[in-house]
Amino acid sequence: MTEELAILASGLVKAYGDARVLDSLDLRVPCGSVFALLGPNGAGKTTTVRILATLSRADAGQARVAGFDVVRDRHRVRRSISLTGQFAALDEAQTGEENLRMMGALARLPRTAARRRALELLEQFDLTAAGRRRVSTYSGGMRRRLDLAASLVGRPSVIFLDEPSTGLDLPSRQTMWEVIAGLAASGVTVFLTTQYLEEADRLAGQIAVLNGGRLVAQGTAAELKRRIGTRGNGTAWSQVVSRFGDRAVHVDQASLTVGLPTDGSAAPVRALLDEADPDRSLIASFAVREATLDDVFLTLTGATHV
Amino acid sequence: MSDALTMTARSLRLATRSPDALLTALLLPVMLMVVFVYLFGGAVRIGTSYLSYVVPGVLLLCAVIGAASTAVTVCQDMTGGIIDRFRSMDVPGTAILAGHVSASLLRNLASTLLVIAVAFGIGFRSHATPARFAAALAVLLLFVIAVSWLAAAFGLLVSSAEAAGGAMFFLMFFSYASSAFVPVRTLPWWLRGFAANQPATPVTETIRGLLLRQPVGAHLGMALAWCAGLLAVSVAASTWAFRRRTA
Repeated sequence: MTEELAILASGLVKAYGDARVLDSLDLRVPCGSVFALLGPNGAGKTTTVRILATLSRADAGQARVAGFDVVRDRHRVRRSISLTGQFAALDEAQTGEENLRMMGALARLPRTAARRRALELLEQFDLTAAGRRRVSTYSGGMRRRLDLAASLVGRPSVIFLDEPSTGLDLPSRQTMWEVIAGLAASGVTVFLTTQYLEEADRLAGQIAVLNGGRLVAQGTAAELKRRIGTRGNGTAWSQVVSRFGDRAVHVDQASLTVGLPTDGSAAPVRALLDEADPDRSLIASFAVREATLDDVFLTLTGATHV
Repeated sequence: MSDALTMTARSLRLATRSPDALLTALLLPVMLMVVFVYLFGGAVRIGTSYLSYVVPGVLLLCAVIGAASTAVTVCQDMTGGIIDRFRSMDVPGTAILAGHVSASLLRNLASTLLVIAVAFGIGFRSHATPARFAAALAVLLLFVIAVSWLAAAFGLLVSSAEAAGGAMFFLMFFSYASSAFVPVRTLPWWLRGFAANQPATPVTETIRGLLLRQPVGAHLGMALAWCAGLLAVSVAASTWAFRRRTA
C-alpha cells in the first residue's frame, strides 16, 4: 500500500426492492484528507454514508473504514468514526451541555472529563452562551453546530458529514464551512456529501461525483472543472482578466472562466465580447446567466464572495 | 451496563422536562382511584369494603398505564435522528431499551407511592406487615418491568408515536377484564376463564392478598410465572424488533 487509506470501498451494491441505489461503487479516501461525495438528491449519497458508518449493510461488496471491515469489525469501526446526518441527532429537551455530557458518558469518558470536553466543544463551536439552554430554543445553524460538536466528543478519526449545510442560511453555511475546514486542519479524515459543487470545491481535496448509484467522475475540484469547462489556455485567460480588472465579478483560474456583469441583451454582450477579445482569438465560449440569489444575497448583506 | 445507566439518566431527565406529561402521569392514577371509589364504588356490592377491594386493582391499572408509555418514548427515539448517533457510537440496543424500562420503573414507583398515599388518605387500611407490604410492592414492580419491556417491543414495531399510544388501550383491556375492579365470578361466563388466568388477575390477587393480610395461595406462583414469562418473551421480542428495525 502506498498511502494509508481511511476509507476503502469496493463494489458496493445496495438495492431497496427493485430500485438499485448503489451500483458497484468503489471509493478510496486517504487518511487526513477531506473527501466530498457530490451528487443530486437520490444519487445514493446517504446510502453510501450509512453503509460506511455501519448503520446499513451493503448487498454486495466490501468496505474498510479506519482499517476495519464495516460488517465483521463494525464495533471497532464505530469506535473510530462519527456520523452527523441530515437531521440533528440531539435531545431537544436537554440543554446543549447536557447533550454533550451524555455523549461523553457514552464515549466512555469519566464524569469530569466528559464535563470538561463538553465545555471545550461549546467554546470551540461558539455555543458557550447557549450551553445551558434547551436545544429546542436553538436556531437551525446552532443546532447543526451542536450536532457536529456532539459527534466529536469521542475524538473520532474519520468523520462522516451527510449534507452538512443543507437547509442552512448563507451565513450559517459559511460558519459551518469554517468549522469543517478547521476539522480538516486538525488531521482527521472528513467524508462529506453535498449537492453543491461550490461546497465540495471549498472544502474537499478530492471530489467524487455520484449519479444514479454510480461514480461518474472523480478528481480534484480543478480537474473536474477543467473537464466540464472550456479547453482554453492560461495565457489567453489572464489576458482577458487583465483587461477587466475590478470589473470582473468572478475569476476562476481552475476553470479558466471570467464573469462580467451585463443585462444580457445582445448589444452589451457583443460589446463586452469585443472588449474582452478584439482579435477574436481568445474566447472559446460564453454563456449568459442570471445572477443567482446567492450573488444577490451576498451583495446585499455585504458578505464577500469567494 | 454503564451505557444503560447513562440512558436511564437521560430518560428520566427527558421525563422531567415535560412537566405537563409528568403531572398527567402522576395525577391520572389518582383520578382513576377517585373515579372507581366514589363514582363506580357506590354501585358495586361485593360483600366487603369496595375501597379495600379496589385499591390493589387501581395500583395494577396505574402500573399498566405507566408502563405502556414506554411504547411512546421508545417509538419517539426510533423515529428521531438520535438513534443513528447512538448506534454509530456503538451503544447497544439493549442498553437504549433498558434505559427506557428503568426510567419507566422509577416513574411508576413514584406514582404508585402517590396512589398508596392518597388511598390511605381516603380511608384505605392495609394492616400488612412491612415485609408483606414490601413483597406486594416488589410483585407490582416486577409486573411493571415485564409490561414495560412488552410496551418497548410494541414501540419498536409501530411506525409512529400516535400508534404507540395505542399500546395503552390494548394493555388496559387486560386490567379491566380481570379481578382488578370486580370479582371474576361477576363477569359473563365466557369471559371468566380468560379473566381468571390472564396475568392481571394473579398479580392483582397477590397484591390484594399481601396488603389485606389474606392468603395469596396459588396466585403468587402464577403471578411470578406470568411476569417471568412475559419478561423473557418481551426482552427477546424487543431485541429482535430492534435488530429488524435497524438492519
